[in-house]
Formats: sequence, structure tokens, C-alpha cells
Amino acid sequence: MEPGDGYFGESHEILRQTVARFVEREIKPFVDEWEEAGEFPRELYRKAANIGLLGVCYPEEWSGFQSDIFHEVVVTEELTRSGSGGLAAGLMSHGIALPPILALGSKEQKERFIPPVIRGDKIAALGITEPGGGSDVANLRTRAVRHGDHYVVSGSKTMITSGARADFVTMAVRTGEPGHRGVSLLVVETDSPGFVVSSKLKKMGWCASDTAELSLDEVRVPAENLLGQEGAGFYGIMSNFQKERLHLSLMANTTAQLALEESIKYAGVREAFGRTLKGFQVTRHKLVDMATLVEVSREFTYSVAAGIHAGKDMIKQVSMAKIFSAEICDRVCHAAVQIHGGYGYMRECLVERLYRDSRILSIGGGTSEIMKEIISKLIL
Amino acid sequence: MKSLVCLKQVPDTETQIKVKPDGTGIATDGIKYVINPYDEFSVEEALRLKEKFKAGEVQILSVGPDRATEAIRTALAMGADKGIHINDEALNQADPFVIAKALAAAAAQVEYDIIFCGHRAIDDDFGEAGAMVAELLGLPQVTLVTKVEISEDKKSAVMERDIEGGKETVEVPLPCVVTSQKGLNEPRYASLPGIMKAKKKPIDKKSAADLGINAEPKLQARNFTMPAERQAGKRYQDMEPADAAKAVVQALRNEAKVI
Repeated sequence: MEPGDGYFGESHEILRQTVARFVEREIKPFVDEWEEAGEFPRELYRKAANIGLLGVCYPEEWSGFQSDIFHEVVVTEELTRSGSGGLAAGLMSHGIALPPILALGSKEQKERFIPPVIRGDKIAALGITEPGGGSDVANLRTRAVRHGDHYVVSGSKTMITSGARADFVTMAVRTGEPGHRGVSLLVVETDSPGFVVSSKLKKMGWCASDTAELSLDEVRVPAENLLGQEGAGFYGIMSNFQKERLHLSLMANTTAQLALEESIKYAGVREAFGRTLKGFQVTRHKLVDMATLVEVSREFTYSVAAGIHAGKDMIKQVSMAKIFSAEICDRVCHAAVQIHGGYGYMRECLVERLYRDSRILSIGGGTSEIMKEIISKLIL
Repeated sequence: MKSLVCLKQVPDTETQIKVKPDGTGIATDGIKYVINPYDEFSVEEALRLKEKFKAGEVQILSVGPDRATEAIRTALAMGADKGIHINDEALNQADPFVIAKALAAAAAQVEYDIIFCGHRAIDDDFGEAGAMVAELLGLPQVTLVTKVEISEDKKSAVMERDIEGGKETVEVPLPCVVTSQKGLNEPRYASLPGIMKAKKKPIDKKSAADLGINAEPKLQARNFTMPAERQAGKRYQDMEPADAAKAVVQALRNEAKVI
């Protein structure tokens, strides 16, 4: 790592300024509109790609840029500072869709699928969850049957981030026996006949990202789109959980940080009974509690990132970070709305959105309960 | 086209400035620093000239403490080729005259067709360094520039500059000193690949002795104070407009003593 203040060196700080400015110019002025519309313009992918944001930590061979995990940290934090978790999740949905291709794909597959996404020309989504189950990957039902040089895929997927307009979906399908050994990963191009976006889902939060239910009716997928061997899907899916959970933890900390900042600002100007809210000890102490929780959670998450950077197995810690940060985020956003009173319940108030956006963080990317099951297997 | 861009690192415009208790300066703890916005226009314009002529270089020149390397590195990440960092304890409290001496001495050691300065720095707002550099180097200067057109032979330029209520177009021989004004361009982002490339670009460190300067400041800052805090406003309501106007005029005259 570069010399610098703690985890971040000069290049991280410069990148932080770049992303902060990008958010200020290209996102913040329009983000309320996009939250209402349930999506942001496709063009934003290309704009982000032009300054390298989509290629952070991808090998240069596949149009990425040599960088380290703290550059990723910076991008996630600053995009989340737009005040729209959905925007960050949608713009970076390739962060979950491409890693299985990197882990399992052949040179040809990487060349075909990765650069167009990093250049912002194509949108990638990850398709695992089905109407009948999420983290229970071993029981997934979407079937892919081999016919000559094609697979014929039938089934459905749901709650797919960027699913409504993705150009391809890295999809978990069943090619073999029941259980996780029968799961494979196929890259399904969404213009294939039989592939339908059956529903664009309306959500509690993360509103600026499109989330879809997908239906596949005998979709013919070329066998060359199979990632790795048949049955290797489970490994491909698991290989990226560590990073996904890290990013969700970072989003939780940043969402909480924003809620805290908004609350401090508001407590300084809002008057009640002849003084500002900051003039009441109960508010001051509440703000201190919020600040302490956010700071502790952020430091822990950074230490986990440093462990991953050093190549350590951080499954236990990253699962803990996800549980902890999501819970902190819920608590801090709850307190932020409370401090804002009735205004905090209004759509025009940022903390109202943060409160809704917070809720997904203990659910998406594996629920807190799933995290606890993982941790219990490691420590008990 | 060879451009030399003088650049200053300043506190971010979002920073809440606080004065040190002893009044000797501002408290620098926790301040975020950025490139002076007017200098960013300079960097962008220099990069565009290099791109237009498909040849040349953009060199960054800055006076400042260790932290100023980040500002130079940011300009290198935008696409500039190399930097000169004048870092000397003796220059940390320098006035515009001493800074201009240092910049001019460093400029005299390198090749350039044009020198860019921001028309002022947003921290101390002097707006003097650019003009002084031109004087010290014996070069023509065009201030508050919003448009630069360099001739094909690179011997002269036509520039547009801000004047009260309008624009003035001037022709100037090169080399010259330009001070950049808002409206000159929209600076590009330092991209991730640019940031990673910038790590390997050279920054030449220089001390006052290396430049052979030994200038006495002409200005001495005596004391820094915050402006008086704004008092709560007074409301005149539930009155006939004519009466309210009378009351306001009286208050402005007798209480605020501004009319």
C-alpha cells in the first residue's frame, strides 16, 4: 500500500476528489428525479467509464486499471455520498456480475464480456435469486439442458439488480443433479428469444436502480457461454461474496455517515423552545452516540478491507462487518429521522431516503441471519 | 506547445475556516486541500493546447509545503507531464512578491512558450503573483483571460479577457504570461488511469537556495480575525407597507447607521 494517512495514500485521495466531483456535477443535480423515475440514464455508465470508475481493480488486460482495494473503497463511498444507494448499486452492478466471469471464464469469454462493460457500453447483472429462494443456492430451480451446442434454459429469476435493462445476465442455472454440485453459471444475453423481463419491481428503497423479475422460456444459450465446467457454478458464486459484503458494509457506513452529517446540520439550525436542537443535551448526546457507532463501524470495515488486500481469508470478519454496519446504519438513520421530526418523514428530506435505503443492507448480499450461520460455522 | 502552469494548493471551498486562537493564521487541522480553481482552468487550457498542436508538454510549477505534492500530482493525473515543487520552510509564510520571485526564478530555468497563472488564489485573494511573474521575467501579460487562440507559428496569440460589462480582445506576442479566469474552459476529471500513470511522472524538488532567491517579503500579516457574527434580523410585520417602510428607513439610519 502507498504511504499515507492510515489506509489511503495520495492516489486514493486524488481519486476521492475525482469521484466526489463527478457525483456533485453528474449525479446530485438529477438524483431526486432518478429516484422518482426508478432508473438513471444509461449514459451515466459511459460517463463513469470515461473516468475509469467501472474499471477499478479489473486487470488491464480486460480494459481495467491497475489499482488496489482502497481505490474500490473510495469509489463505493463517494458514489454512496450521492445520497442514493440505488444509484451506487445500479451503476456498479457489474461488481457482482463480472467476478464469476473473471474467476471461471476462458480468455475468449473474458475478452467478449468484460471490456464492453468496463467501457460503459454494456450493462451486466448477476442472476441468482429465484422466486423460491435466495441464499439457498443449492436448491435453485432454473434448468439448463444441453442440446448439441446449446443449452435450453427455462425458469425465472427475481430481484435482479439492473435486471430490467442488462445486456447480459451472469446466471446460476441447474445443469445437473440436485444440490450445489449441479449448479452452473451461464452468461445469458438478454436479447435471446424467450428471455422476458416479466416485471420491473417497485422497492422500498434503492429506488434509482432498476430491479427486475426475469422469465426464461426455452431460451437457447450457446454452450460457449458456460463459465468453467458444468457444476462449477457454486464455486464461482461463492468466490465473490467477500467483496460484495465488503461493499455493502461500506455503503452502510457511508449511508449512516450522511445521516449523521444531515442531523448535525439540522440540529444546528432548527429551533425549539427558544434554542437550537444542539442546545439540548439529549440531542447532543444522541449525535455523539451516532458518530461513535459510525466511526467504530467504519474503522472495522477498513481493517477488513486491509485484510482482503493482504490476501487473508476474511470471510468471518467481512460477514461480521456486514451485520454490524447494516445494524448501525439502521440505528443511525432511525435516530436521524427522529431528530428531523416531521420533516424527516417527508420525501423531500434526505434522511427519509437514507432510512429507506438502509433497510436493504441487512438483507441484500445475504441476510444478517445467513451471515450469522456462516460465522457460527467458523467459530463454534 | 510548451506550457508552464503555476499552481497553488488552497483549502477546499467547502472548508469551514477557523482562525487560530493567537490570530497568527488559520487553523489547518482537518482542512481538505485542492488545486486553486483558477489554476485548474490553467491546467486544462495548457492540456488543450498540447492536444491541439499534437506536440509539446505541460509542466506544473508550485510553491508549497509537503502536502502541495498532492495538488501537483492531481494536475499530472489530469494529463500534465511533469512538475516542479518549490518546497522550502522559508517560503511557507511568503507574500505574493516572494512567491513571484520563486516562480520567476524556477521559470527562468525551463523552456516555455506560455506561462499560465490563475488570476487569483481563492484563499488569500491577492491576485498579484501572475502580474509580478510577468514583470520579473520581462514578459507581456494578459490578465483575466477567458479565451486563448495561439497562431499556427506559435509566435503570437489572440486572447479574450473580461472587462467591466464585456470582453476585450487583445493580441499578444509569445512567450507571455496569462492569468486564467472562470469561463476559460471546463476542467477535465483526473481519471483513474490518469491517477495511476501520474505516480510515475517526475516531480523535481527545489529549495530557495537551488533557485538562488533570497527575497524579503514586502508584506507582513499582523493578525487574522473572523468577520463579526451576523446578528439575528429584525422583522417588521403586521404593519401597513408605508409604515413598515418608514420604520425600516429609521432603523437603517438610527440603529444600523448605514444611511
